[in-house]
Amino acid sequence: MTTTVPRTSARASGPGGAAARGPGRRRRHPDRPPYEAEPGPVAKTAKTTALTLIVLAVLVPLWTVVVTSLSTQAAINDAGGLVLVPGELTFKAYTDIIAGGVVTRAVGVSVFVTAVGTALSLAVAILTAYGLSRPGSLGHRPILFMLLITMFFGAGMIPTYLVVAGLGLIDSLWALILPTAVSAFNILIMRNFFMNIDRGILDSARIDGASEWRILGQIVLPLSKAVIAVVGLFYGVAYWNAFFNAVLYINDSAKWPLQLVLRSYVLQGQAVPGTTFDPSSLDGGQTAGLAIQMAVVVLAMVPVLIVYPFVQRHFSSGVMIGAIKG
Amino acid sequence: MTAAPQAARRRERAAAPAPEVRTAPRRKRPSLSRLREDYPLLLMCAPVIILLAVFMYAPMLGNVIAWMDYSPYVGILGSDFVGWWNFQRVVADPRFWHAVSNTLIITGFQLVFFFPVPIAMAILLNSVLTRRVRTAIQSIVYLPHFFSWVIVVSIFQQILGGAGLVNQFLRSRGLEAVEVMTNPDTFLLLITSQQVWKDAGWGMIVFLAALSTVDRSQYEAAAVDGAGAWRRIWHVTLPALRPVIILLLILRLGDALTVGFEQLILQRDAVGAGAAEVLDTFVYYSGIVYGDWSYAAAAGLIKGTVSLILVLGANKIAHVFGEAGVYQR
Repeated sequence: MTTTVPRTSARASGPGGAAARGPGRRRRHPDRPPYEAEPGPVAKTAKTTALTLIVLAVLVPLWTVVVTSLSTQAAINDAGGLVLVPGELTFKAYTDIIAGGVVTRAVGVSVFVTAVGTALSLAVAILTAYGLSRPGSLGHRPILFMLLITMFFGAGMIPTYLVVAGLGLIDSLWALILPTAVSAFNILIMRNFFMNIDRGILDSARIDGASEWRILGQIVLPLSKAVIAVVGLFYGVAYWNAFFNAVLYINDSAKWPLQLVLRSYVLQGQAVPGTTFDPSSLDGGQTAGLAIQMAVVVLAMVPVLIVYPFVQRHFSSGVMIGAIKG
Repeated sequence: MTAAPQAARRRERAAAPAPEVRTAPRRKRPSLSRLREDYPLLLMCAPVIILLAVFMYAPMLGNVIAWMDYSPYVGILGSDFVGWWNFQRVVADPRFWHAVSNTLIITGFQLVFFFPVPIAMAILLNSVLTRRVRTAIQSIVYLPHFFSWVIVVSIFQQILGGAGLVNQFLRSRGLEAVEVMTNPDTFLLLITSQQVWKDAGWGMIVFLAALSTVDRSQYEAAAVDGAGAWRRIWHVTLPALRPVIILLLILRLGDALTVGFEQLILQRDAVGAGAAEVLDTFVYYSGIVYGDWSYAAAAGLIKGTVSLILVLGANKIAHVFGEAGVYQR
């Protein structure tokens, strides 16, 4: 009994009387600060329930989408729609999609836009962030100001459209990349990170005669993997998820990115031209083609799910905090 | 509670703007020698300058069509100036004011029913002691933020729509199905719950970061003074979050006229323009869809200008109340 007293001595006597509980009844959490009372069973249950519900609210929809995409039409008919409990499973929806060609072409478009766009945006962001990171360098204030203004005043959809159209970019995939290639927010995150790198290292390299390009490539970049991963994820996700730019600039459905195909297929219920699947030819009413629709949803989620685990551990590493204050 | 004012003072000091180093010796040297030294840095900024000039500043100048009777067939150079005619038409248009009121209603509703959710979730999650459980929950609830609006709306449709999961369940129990996805009356609730599902988890990240910097001794002092768990939240945790909350409120206020454009345009057809027409969709439909370019540009420009005034105004108010605000000068 006496061995645990020091841990609990600083604790204020809670009004609920939980303090009177003996240490043998409930083991204290090793990380619980000494002044904090061990929560009672009601509080504990309420907290666990709330957190479980939050987690389930995220996971159950994702689960049922994946399971439905892998279910046979019979299993979907049995369930009357989305399948919660996996029954008969098949990869038919995915093989149908690949055979159809339209979705695979859209995946190709999205992969191209995401890969090229992210590479371009990251390169521009790294160069700009470093170019603006040295206090007192010539002309960095007006350029920074030029960048900051775009955070507070957008040019507007109509004139932007007219410029993109004027450049002849309608129905060009570059229209999905160039207008959104610069994100002032992402550049500021990166600049903030670069500015926190120890100036001593950079200055001594400069005195040793290293050029700015060399300092950026050999000192700054190797130190900045975390921020590059996070900003790269932000850009990549933005390119992958964007659909409205394509509504504006891409009229040719052969050049539609996956999100747009997803919209016309799942939300507007239109059969994508060129797929082998035709809703009217199947029985099953509203559930016909559900597996294929959900398979398209899964395809649109997969790249995010693949990249996310590698990047998300950097979220807490101070990268984000600086961004908000910057 | 002596801890609270102390905490406030400490925070004010922490939030005070760091004086920028303006006295770098390089500044005093003649421009030519600085240019020789700094031109690589300027060169690095060239791509961003070009991209901004073409895709941000050229369109900003392109707003001049708001004062014109623009026609794509004759172009900007061939179109006539018409003064404030387009603005007069916009201001006299009841559809414009309908879009404004929808926008403000949605913003207000989300301020009340979305904004506090990440704060409450962050405080709840912060009280989880086991590190592994905490990071696991974080990883899961951040995830929906990275899904597109098309995916989120699709998932909601499959779950809440006419043939969705919820209605299957209701029908199988012999109850009447509810139509949520196409009902204008419940539209506010629908889009706010979508926003909560997608972004509430991610919204925690800022608050969790702020919570991790709270000095533990403040909790201890409060506890010694007899504050229970709830009072510690009220007197220590919430004051610690105050600068972040105010910062995000300002940003939200500046964005008061912008409400989830992609989210709304995806669902405008289903519920109709009555409930889902906001300023951005109004601009899109009048300009791109119906081809009244100058009119739409005028509406967009009004929106952009009012938003700018809102941000600057909100920031000013924050300064008056002694908070750091968005930018510090």
